[in-house]
Amino acid sequence: MQLVLDDILEKFPFLTARDSADHNAVNCPEDNFLECIQQLKDQFDYDFLIDVTAIDWDVETPRFTGIYHLFSTRKHCYLRIAVDCADSINPSLPSLAHIYPAADWHERETYDLMGIHYSNHPDLRRILMWDDYPYHPLRKEFPLAGIEVPLPAADVAERTGTQVEPAPMMGGPFVSSADGPMSQTEPSARDESWTESKTKPIV
Amino acid sequence: MDFIFVDRETDISMHTDKIGYDSKIESELIVTKADAVINWIRKHSVWPMPMGLACCAIELMAVGASRFDISRFGMEVMRFSPRQADCMIVSGTVTYKMAEVVRRIYDQMAEPKWVVAMGACASTGGMYRSYATLQGVDNIVPVDIYISGCPPRPEALLDAMMRLQDKIANEQSSKTLLSGNRSESAEITAAKEGR
Repeated sequence: MQLVLDDILEKFPFLTARDSADHNAVNCPEDNFLECIQQLKDQFDYDFLIDVTAIDWDVETPRFTGIYHLFSTRKHCYLRIAVDCADSINPSLPSLAHIYPAADWHERETYDLMGIHYSNHPDLRRILMWDDYPYHPLRKEFPLAGIEVPLPAADVAERTGTQVEPAPMMGGPFVSSADGPMSQTEPSARDESWTESKTKPIV
Repeated sequence: MDFIFVDRETDISMHTDKIGYDSKIESELIVTKADAVINWIRKHSVWPMPMGLACCAIELMAVGASRFDISRFGMEVMRFSPRQADCMIVSGTVTYKMAEVVRRIYDQMAEPKWVVAMGACASTGGMYRSYATLQGVDNIVPVDIYISGCPPRPEALLDAMMRLQDKIANEQSSKTLLSGNRSESAEITAAKEGR
């Protein structure tokens, strides 16, 4: 596995090795990204695009990093490629849809949830949230409970008097946090089953 | 067989006296109330529409299969067309994106119609306290029966359907038939104010 990584780093001088707990990982500058991916597919047998996602680093600059997982069905090894988005306000990356057709929907999802614009994408629409939804929900500043917006269908909203409202969070937490061992961070360990009528127990 | 329809308030024995009913001679005549007959027909011919949106739908399928067998209670005619169904079983998580579809399908069902909210997600949003999930399907359609559970056991759904039958049996259907359709929006508003 290390040999493959050495080969790749030797072939592409602009790549730098990236810390990784599992598979080979490299950092790639945005300018060389398409060329690098094309050659990895043609010459290094990375013929399978496993996943496209992104990281929101919150206050750091650059704020967004695109993450790509490649797999070689001949060498049986993975490669993770990280590409920083230069623009933190309107993040953008080149689309891989014409190299790996699998990138099409993955990029639509990343665009939907993270707001990263993929240039030259054949059909960059939202894939999970509805078309008119104004936010990108996996960004750090977006609250888990959601933000008040109208329902997707105006006539249904009018007839039922319903709109998208922030979900009630009392009695939570409903998700695990990442700041400790699972035995202490999962919801059952942090039971806060207090509500409007039942006060919070003092431990 | 002949039926004689009378009002809810009327004493039936008065009519049997009036028509000189003698069961030994005229055994094929039954005197009853319109509500009783209509409700009796309705409660034993519920055609459910499976609105399967998540894992609860698996339990719903189990209810239809031979081990639990919903047909024992006369509700096995699952119809995937809203035009042919009169009981929508919302089994699963309703997202805001799907809410529109659920409401439109409900609108396409013919009156009279009932809704069963199956499981925690359909009833309240369940564990999905998030930006994407409708916090209870009663926000968009009037719900007759709520089932707890995540997912509920098939027995729980059978119990709910039998409770729905009881509910149908006590409706004032002749009055509703004469006065026209009930207003669903008013029901939702009333339910929201009650919460």
